[in-house]
Amino acid sequence: MDFNFTEEQDMVRDGLSRLVREQYDWETRRAAIESDAGWRPEIWAQLAELGILGMPFSEDVGGFGGGAIDAMIVMEEFGKGLVVEPFVPTVVCAGGFLKHAGSDAQREEHLSAIIGGERVFAFAYAEPRGRYDYADLETTAKKDGDGYVLNGHKAVVIGAPWASHLMVTARTGGDRRDREGVSVFIVDKSADGIVTRDYETVDGRRASEIYFENVSVPADALIGEEGAALPLIEQVTDEAIAAQCAEACGAMKVAHAMTVEYSRQRKQFGVPIGKFQVLQHRMVDMYTAYETSVSLTYLATIKLDAGEKERKRTASAAKVGVGQAARLIGQEAVQIHGGNGVTDEYAIGHYFKRLTIFESEFGSVDHHLKRHVSLS
Amino acid sequence: MNLEFTPEEQAFRDEVRAFIEENYPKHLGDVGLREDLSREDFLAWHKVLGEKGWSVPAWPVEYGGTGWTPTQRYIWSEENARVNAIMPLPFGVSMVGPVIYTFGSEEQKARHLPGIRSGEVWWCQGYSEPGAGSDLASLKTTAVRDGDHYVINGQKTWTTLAQYADWGFFLCRTDPDAAKPQEGISFILVDMKSPGVEVKPIKLLDGGYEVNETWLTDVRVPVENLVGEENKGWTYAKFLLAHERSGIAGVARSKRGVEKLREIAANETLDGEPLIDDLDFARKVSQLEIDLAALEITELRTLAGEQAGKGPGPESSILKIKGTEIQQRLTELTLEAVGSYSAPYYGSIANDTGSNEYPIGPDYAHDSAATYFNMRKTSIYGGSNEIQRNIITKMILGL
Repeated sequence: MDFNFTEEQDMVRDGLSRLVREQYDWETRRAAIESDAGWRPEIWAQLAELGILGMPFSEDVGGFGGGAIDAMIVMEEFGKGLVVEPFVPTVVCAGGFLKHAGSDAQREEHLSAIIGGERVFAFAYAEPRGRYDYADLETTAKKDGDGYVLNGHKAVVIGAPWASHLMVTARTGGDRRDREGVSVFIVDKSADGIVTRDYETVDGRRASEIYFENVSVPADALIGEEGAALPLIEQVTDEAIAAQCAEACGAMKVAHAMTVEYSRQRKQFGVPIGKFQVLQHRMVDMYTAYETSVSLTYLATIKLDAGEKERKRTASAAKVGVGQAARLIGQEAVQIHGGNGVTDEYAIGHYFKRLTIFESEFGSVDHHLKRHVSLS
Repeated sequence: MNLEFTPEEQAFRDEVRAFIEENYPKHLGDVGLREDLSREDFLAWHKVLGEKGWSVPAWPVEYGGTGWTPTQRYIWSEENARVNAIMPLPFGVSMVGPVIYTFGSEEQKARHLPGIRSGEVWWCQGYSEPGAGSDLASLKTTAVRDGDHYVINGQKTWTTLAQYADWGFFLCRTDPDAAKPQEGISFILVDMKSPGVEVKPIKLLDGGYEVNETWLTDVRVPVENLVGEENKGWTYAKFLLAHERSGIAGVARSKRGVEKLREIAANETLDGEPLIDDLDFARKVSQLEIDLAALEITELRTLAGEQAGKGPGPESSILKIKGTEIQQRLTELTLEAVGSYSAPYYGSIANDTGSNEYPIGPDYAHDSAATYFNMRKTSIYGGSNEIQRNIITKMILGL
């Protein structure tokens, strides 16, 4: 049993923590998310330079030989600063697909560009009526000569406005919701027939609706085996869940600390409100929820390499536990901040919003509770 | 004990339903977030009701009330909630109006009550201050007597919709040396167009501007704008808060909200089936309906007590706590039902110049996150739910 991080991991954490503190302060972040671009490409370049974007990849593809624990460390620090840059879609999701199932040529083409920060990906999996089921697909990819033709509509594709490339799930066979017949494609976002509608999200990020209208892709756009990608998608999204749970832990830690600090500063009835036992116990419950969330996140992260069933169960366990904690901590943090908690000016409301949307990404609490039941 | 409506009450329901169907301004539609409304939108129904004589049902008949029984008033609010009506705002009708007709001078009644009834005069509430929220009695805004005037200085906050207000009612400290902080406070009416009144909007986390900071700098107010006695303002403020609380339960609106939630959940799918048929989700909706039924009967019991001559007392705190918890739960479940499409910020989409050819998510998704964020205020405003529990602890449990 060892819950210690390596010296290298501690260094990475310290470095990122400093980067977020010094270059991602609140006003700079606000200006960036309100700008036309909505993110900071220069931060992305810096992350590439620091090796952060290459951390979870093996050395033979130009990475730094790390893994899921490194991604967890990165995302926890990003969560503390509500960093919007698309580490999960690009490094964890696209990188994950390439790592697990990419051909040598695909890795060659895309991985070094991801690691170098030159290529940003978004993961287009959700559909308007799919509700967290990766196999519930209306998007189709029909064989056409050597390649495929894609048609369909992908919903709320996080980070897509910043991306040059997309990982797209589509049905190559079978009926809607069949477990067989699901495939994943690497698609250049500038391909003919792609129409996007970009927008802000309520938690300060950007996303797109993406419409595929007879989009032709070559045969080598297919990643992994045709029609057999569902297990791969589940593996990659479990990795994304672990990473986003870490992000939520970072955000919850800050939201809790801000609340405790506010309760020290804010005086009513002649005393700091933190002196009231009613509020003390609620802040203790928030703290407990945070600590148990960290535990579930560790568990899910460590078990990503375990057997399929164990991996799925622990990923779902984390999404349930952290999802519940995120709601509790977000709501209580706002409540204890009183009126200030519902203003745009105070940072706490922005942590609350991020923690709210976290729950609907990669499956809700209810969805993962059901998945956990089905694996019991 | 009898929960049935009498034939007369049924007839009353038919009458008001027909009136609403015929007269409710069609252009208001079924609005979501109130902050998207213009001043005219807020007042449209109020003005119709003013002409009909139905804008202030709960007031005594001599001041323009309808003389309806609490049951009739309950039917009235239910029928309005059916069409999600934009009701007259509470600041005049439920707050300062009752204070004026209960404690005000004849001149104040003659001057202010008609404008409240008709919807011509917009009121706002100047209670909270940056340093005085839950501990309202610690407020620092001062009113100093200078001849025939008070000179008011201070800063109020969370002044809801003050950007539209013609008049405001303010709690000001008139005796800084009083033995207890509650004893030196006065209730003063201020013309918002007076020199020295400045209203600055506060952006909320849903992106809207619903509340304001209100700064008062050497604002001169004639002494006849003092309501009741000097330094007795706390009594009137408490009276007003109890009135505010009973309206805050929002039972009729929540019932309409549950219906809407069911419609959304019938349209959303899970594994190809309507979400509302999913047992996990259906249980949550049922639990909400059970809580709402309990609240509804509790409110009716309170109304019946009122009818028997008991004013709204500390038990109205129950209505505030449960009512706001249910309103918030409703927005949580709506968010869950909507799923991924809760994430787009529709404020940014409404402003974009892009094509509407590609709509983003179903219509009911558009306000789901904003409403969820916005409704967190309900357990904070009108005396936070922590304060309501303190009131019950003290006034009912006697601890």
